[in-house]
Amino acid sequence: MSIAPPVVAIKGVSHAYRTTAGDEVVALKDLDFEIEKNEFVAIVGPSGCGKSSVLRLIAGLQRPTRGQVRIYGYDVTEPREDIGFVFQRPTLLPWKCIIDNVLFPLQAARRTIGADDRQRAMFILGVCGLADFAQRMPHELSGGMQQRAAIARSLFHDPGILLMDEPFGALDALTREILGIELLQIVESRRKTVVFVTHSIPEAVFLADRVVVMTGRPGQVTEIINVDIPRPRTVQHQSWPQFHACAERIRSHIYGNRPTSAAHF
Amino acid sequence: MVIPIVACLALVAGWELCVDLLAIPDFLLPAPSMVVAAAIESGGRLLQHGLATLGTILGGFLLSIVISFPIAIGIAYSRLVSNAVYPLLVASQSIPIVAIAPILVTALGTGALTRLTVTFLIAFFPVVINTSAGLLATPPELIDLARVLRLDRRRELTLIRLPHATPQIFSGLKVSITLSVIGAVVAEFSAADQGLGFLIVQSSAFFKVPTSFASVSVLALIGIVLFQTIAFIERRCFAWAAAVKLN
Repeated sequence: MSIAPPVVAIKGVSHAYRTTAGDEVVALKDLDFEIEKNEFVAIVGPSGCGKSSVLRLIAGLQRPTRGQVRIYGYDVTEPREDIGFVFQRPTLLPWKCIIDNVLFPLQAARRTIGADDRQRAMFILGVCGLADFAQRMPHELSGGMQQRAAIARSLFHDPGILLMDEPFGALDALTREILGIELLQIVESRRKTVVFVTHSIPEAVFLADRVVVMTGRPGQVTEIINVDIPRPRTVQHQSWPQFHACAERIRSHIYGNRPTSAAHF
Repeated sequence: MVIPIVACLALVAGWELCVDLLAIPDFLLPAPSMVVAAAIESGGRLLQHGLATLGTILGGFLLSIVISFPIAIGIAYSRLVSNAVYPLLVASQSIPIVAIAPILVTALGTGALTRLTVTFLIAFFPVVINTSAGLLATPPELIDLARVLRLDRRRELTLIRLPHATPQIFSGLKVSITLSVIGAVVAEFSAADQGLGFLIVQSSAFFKVPTSFASVSVLALIGIVLFQTIAFIERRCFAWAAAVKLN
């Protein structure tokens, strides 16, 4: 019996780049981990630890200076069609209405857009709570709604892998919570492998099956922690002891010896 | 809307009054009433020359667009082209076209080619600068989107960079159409047998100053109408740009 290759395999990956001043900056050092099918993996770490770089390597936007990045066993050399990417900013085309934005990947792939494509787009917008806004322009929508539209766009061609780079980073905390739950609803009913980059520890624990903890300069994987909380996740789970234990574990890696108390002497 | 019209009417009324009270001779400063009378009298000639100038303006403007776009795209996409072409462009603008116009007449004659060339030389620079700046200012996340969607360079240009650059491009077009009017008149001063510039020179030479003023008024009208036409197209077709600017 052959074992299927993991969906994403990172082996011995190091990544360095040159700054404009000519110095070499090592962004990532000796990364090794794998992501299985339909897993929700969060990558959490402080700013500048290289977590976005990891995502860009998986997406094929960059090639690592050393090591291999493989998807379904194949080396990643360029962006793949079966990947959806959600950026930190909504990145909608401001000159197209919402439904045309959702259909844009079809246009990019040079496929003619038919009536059933439009129906599908309306369906996905409905799932994301934007059915009434299909004809509106992006600037008419709030930040949270724009990001929902961006998520709808990434889901449109039903990719098996969803890469999300701090997708709720530009939003207020209340919207983040709401969108987090909506994301889980969408993903759990659709069986997708998700790699979710965030700098929020509670968000990572709430959303993920496993959390990859990174620390930075150069970016390395400190630990990969299993989140022992059943699905479907609810807001109540945030008060479970397992939740706190996980968050504490992650926090200890990231904060290290830094004081975590406001008391002073 | 009301205030500008009232201000204009007040200006015209004041002008009429001054000429009347101070008894200024009409070859120095004609009263508005005289200008209107001259316009009606030379109506046919104004129309004929006006159309000729309009032809030169539009021809030079379209030539500017057609030649500037490929150059701007080259500048945006190729460091080599940018380094090679930019200094030449700037140098070309440092020489006052008014000064070269007579030289061009000697080289190319007094026909339409010279007029179009002079108009083009004056009008193309803002289109190149604004278009290339607009293309280069595409936000990096949109470029990332293009790469994630596997767009090749040509489609990245047509589907993402150019649409995103339209507000900037239209700024350049608005400046350019105004300069096209100037260019056409400069061309007609130097070498023409037709056009409003020619009419101004000819009327002034014969001290028919009211007719000169009438020609200038028609020129101003053409400039305003053309500018507002571009502004109108911008508002209609690219309403998103204005809305985004407000945001």
